[in-house]
Amino acid sequence: MSTHSGVTATTSYAMVIDLDKCTGCGACMVGCAVENNISVPPVAAAENRGLTWIRVYRVDNGKEFPEHRSVCVPIPCQHCDNAPCIHVCPVTAVQMDESTGIVGQIPTRCMGCRYCMAACPYHARYFNWFDPIWPEGMEDTLNPDVSPRMRGVAEKCNFCHGRLDRARELASAGGRPTSEPVTYQPACAEACPHGAITFGNMLDESSEVYQLAHGPHAFRLLEALGTKPKVTYLSREPWVRRIGLSRLDMVRGLADAPEGA
Amino acid sequence: MSNGASDHRPRIEVTNVPTPQQERGARRLSTLGRVLLALGLAAGLAAGWIALPAFLYGRQEQPLAFNHLVHVETAAMSCEDCHSFGVDGSYVGIPPLSACADCHSEAQGDSEAERILVDDFVTPGREIPWLVYARQPDNVYFSHAPHVRLAEIECRRCHGDHGKSETTPVYQYNRISTYSRNIWGPRIAGGGPNEWDSMKMSDCVSCHAERGVHDHCLMCHK
Repeated sequence: MSTHSGVTATTSYAMVIDLDKCTGCGACMVGCAVENNISVPPVAAAENRGLTWIRVYRVDNGKEFPEHRSVCVPIPCQHCDNAPCIHVCPVTAVQMDESTGIVGQIPTRCMGCRYCMAACPYHARYFNWFDPIWPEGMEDTLNPDVSPRMRGVAEKCNFCHGRLDRARELASAGGRPTSEPVTYQPACAEACPHGAITFGNMLDESSEVYQLAHGPHAFRLLEALGTKPKVTYLSREPWVRRIGLSRLDMVRGLADAPEGA
Repeated sequence: MSNGASDHRPRIEVTNVPTPQQERGARRLSTLGRVLLALGLAAGLAAGWIALPAFLYGRQEQPLAFNHLVHVETAAMSCEDCHSFGVDGSYVGIPPLSACADCHSEAQGDSEAERILVDDFVTPGREIPWLVYARQPDNVYFSHAPHVRLAEIECRRCHGDHGKSETTPVYQYNRISTYSRNIWGPRIAGGGPNEWDSMKMSDCVSCHAERGVHDHCLMCHK
């Protein structure tokens, strides 16, 4: 795939989350927090001031028992090909790496205006309301491959870029050129006890992630907005596949209004 | 403003012709002004180029004076004996104490540095707290593997002729940022006469641009 800057991309990292396998245990959130040095806000902080790069939401079908059904939906940054956060950032602190498709956030460049948070339709961005403080002795658990962020900047999932760096380092030490794709697993995919999260290269048509994303049960969140997210969800339940629809779909007549609305 | 009432005001003519006394005063002041300007400029430059670096950079001695030359020439060691790649592809910039202890379990000569090495570190089994000149800020990601293995860049391109040094220079650090002065360079304006004198982002970027490396923020930042 050739991109507008002339870089020939051999990799486009993408994620597939099977909602039928997700139990909402939150292991992905914990694994992510440990991997990415995500600090815990003060105990007295408001509920919406915490940090997490992947949040598990619960959605239900709006019906009473016995038809009541609910599903857990983990939402990390969707790494949109056409990312609104990139367009609105006034200081270019958000960039898309065209060789990997990863949307990166540079905290030292961020000035904390939070336009990106307002622009993100997935609410996948979080703000550092507090100084990152680790309790005495817990500094030893910090991951040296990820730099902790300071108060006053936005942050989000970067598909565990520290792990990608490590995988690239190992490949380079073995003499493999940097243009060759490397494989790695982000912390959430590794932590999921049910194997609900699959991660891989979408440009490789033989990869599991490609096969799953092009299967009959795949859907993406708010596709009508044109953001082209790289995170695909799977479900065999038709009502679950409807949670990706936006009001825009209904206005355009692409989908019926939700039942009971 | 042309109403009738204002026409009765007396007219005052203002002339700007100075008296001879005023002219002399003006010349005296301008001479004094020039002297003050020169003094102020000199004081400002001295503060900026001499006092600021002296205040800005703290100085620290290494735990012991390491002699690269004697290891390379007298002991006939190669660089890779101490600085090598680990199995995970990471680079061992500073060798562990065990590398020193292989030869220096007991003093081989009578130098002060070797006495410190054996008595303070090898015998009690304590790692040497070296001050790393090339240590980058925490938000910088750098890997030796693609630079050394793939691009085959020589060590001295970034680190200078450390392998030929006979002693360890004083470690200087910026008191505000705490970063090593080797990152910014010996000149107060940054850089130095040699290409390895500084390790700033601009140094990385210019070399990448020369070699046509695809750059992206997250490639070097974490």
